[in-house]
Amino acid sequence: MANIIVMTSGKGGVGKTTSSAAFGTGLALRGFKTCVIDFDVGLRNLDLIMGCERRVVFDFINVINGEARINQALIKDKRVENLFILPTSQTRDKEALTIDGVERVLNELKKEFDYIICDSPAGIERGALMALYFADEAVIVTNPEVSSVRDSDRILGVIQAKSYRAEHNLEPVRERLLITRYDYDRVERGEMLKVEDVLEILAIPLLGVIPESSAVLRASNVGMPVVLGAKSNASLAYADSVARFLGDSVEHRFLKAERRGLFDRLLRRTA
Amino acid sequence: MTISELLQLFRPPRPPTLAATAKERLQILLAHERADRHSPDFLPQLQKELLEVIRKYLAVDEDKVAFRLQRESDCSLLEVNVELPISAGASGRQPARVGA
Repeated sequence: MANIIVMTSGKGGVGKTTSSAAFGTGLALRGFKTCVIDFDVGLRNLDLIMGCERRVVFDFINVINGEARINQALIKDKRVENLFILPTSQTRDKEALTIDGVERVLNELKKEFDYIICDSPAGIERGALMALYFADEAVIVTNPEVSSVRDSDRILGVIQAKSYRAEHNLEPVRERLLITRYDYDRVERGEMLKVEDVLEILAIPLLGVIPESSAVLRASNVGMPVVLGAKSNASLAYADSVARFLGDSVEHRFLKAERRGLFDRLLRRTA
Repeated sequence: MTISELLQLFRPPRPPTLAATAKERLQILLAHERADRHSPDFLPQLQKELLEVIRKYLAVDEDKVAFRLQRESDCSLLEVNVELPISAGASGRQPARVGA
């Protein structure tokens, strides 16, 4: 039975699409047939982050409207077996997403895939509601920053009240937290909320902490999901998070600055 | 007690870190927002109907009636404050409370 995951945050620019691409790729690398759907109608970007922007012919909205079959719109990743992308429309708006239409497409995908990742747009309007409505699991992407934490709390409230599972009194959507852009140097200086602070406030289980890393921008420049690029703290942290998502117990790392040796510190001071 | 702890006693207290301030602000804000999130949907309608009933008997302005729903650990309190006009015989403000 396919599992539907929503990658959501409320706030924009916190790393939902980067995380969707990384998780989709990570799950596919672990052998699960995975589809990542872009719900950001009108502002499509998943295709760009995943490096398939020139292969988009039909999109999610075309399938909803019956203008294309699902297999015509799905783009198979050229690097990773089992990984597919369902891009969205760049010209339509979020009103094109209907509950019936989204349900129909998801039901069709469920027959073929193990995991379906819904990459949510920012906000709490139609696009975001549609992305979370049919979710079995939610990954809440949060930066250790006040507005992002507040918006995450808000989106958790929406999931608990307005998802299909909530409306039908089913077992609640499983919610887990992914903290991104964590800067342990700033945390140590007392300038940034700690992991423990964010966990205490949002009170949901922690899936992973992705350290601030230049690798994320480097990967997006070339359309390579972070986990496929050169090894970096961010790529390793994403791989760990995917493993935890699948139930492995993996210790958290990159939460503290690495202890620099005396030699290193002397060099740094004189540099 | 170690020497550093002993020395700590004589230092002026450190101001809270920026992160601690952020955490505190968030905790206060979210406590309010979460309470509002669970306020019942019928509240606006109840407010409207109560106001209609009050105005059947008293000529009060719409902005002279304040509704507030407070939530405590074991009960909720619906507070309705009606500011009566002088002509109604009251000496200015007369709060009426309805427990809910």
